[in-house]
Amino acid sequence: MHLSPDQMVLWRHGAFKLNATIAYTWCLMFVLAAGSKLVTRRLSFGPDRSRWQNFLEIIVTGIEQQIEAVGLSRPRSYLPFLGTLFLFLAMAALCTIVPGYEPPTASLSTTAALALCVLVAVPLFGILDQGLGSYLASYLQPTVIMLPFNIISEFSRTLALAVRLFGNMMSGSMIVAILLTLTPFIFPLVMTLLGLLTGMVQAYIFSILAAVYIAAATRSSELARQPRAAAGTGASTDEHT
Amino acid sequence: MTIIAVASIVTAGLTTGIGVLGPALGEGRAVATALSSLAQQPDASATITRTLFVGLAMIESTAIYCFVVSMILIFANPFWNSVIAHPAGK
Repeated sequence: MHLSPDQMVLWRHGAFKLNATIAYTWCLMFVLAAGSKLVTRRLSFGPDRSRWQNFLEIIVTGIEQQIEAVGLSRPRSYLPFLGTLFLFLAMAALCTIVPGYEPPTASLSTTAALALCVLVAVPLFGILDQGLGSYLASYLQPTVIMLPFNIISEFSRTLALAVRLFGNMMSGSMIVAILLTLTPFIFPLVMTLLGLLTGMVQAYIFSILAAVYIAAATRSSELARQPRAAAGTGASTDEHT
Repeated sequence: MTIIAVASIVTAGLTTGIGVLGPALGEGRAVATALSSLAQQPDASATITRTLFVGLAMIESTAIYCFVVSMILIFANPFWNSVIAHPAGK
């Protein structure tokens, strides 16, 4: 029994291996991109629209509302990154219904790559929102002694994101694989359903945590501006409240 | 050679067995508090539910770390290869 879809090699040429993780990732990307392209070929702004357009609009507005509820102003600017994260992870979990499919997120490579994307995106959004100097100054909050701990917490959050998603998805597929050798009838089906549920919850958790980290990186600007505005006589030059 | 196998198997069992006690108790307390606050303020249920799920994911992470260590010990044991390379007798 294999620990991850990395070990299911489909095609080999010299040192280059095409394993199941890469194949299923590209399948998911193709399905998501082609499906969206097909649905958005003819968008209608009127009251009667195709049901697929309705479905996509529900998803997009739902994600936008969740991003706003986390505390990010202007959720539209974060919607592409966070929405793509959620859609990819949800699709990867949902396709467990298809027989013979292994979720690519059951491999540490995929989850580590997504966690690295979040690691890069959080300072990026923070610098775009606050400017480089003010974002770097946020690492010295609340005192200068916290600087190494803030840096360590950045990396440990990334590691936790990767391992949490990997552990959840890997355990789901491994439990089904073990049960298939014991009671190959109804019980593996029930465990597959449970794996489907945990996969969807973990997709939501991953994107919400990414949104919370981005909100923490961009909110320091509001918290820093208010004491300065209050330290003045109440009529400061640029008040962003 | 056998002592590595015995140590790996026993440690794998104990890691998951003891490691999930703490997170399970913590999650029970978190859900109990969330339920009582939902009863007190039902109109904040969206915020409470979302915060509950995020908190449960953070608590569950430590249990998952223990599970991953157990899996590594059983299926991807790093000491197994060096033991096989030096045949029994060492």
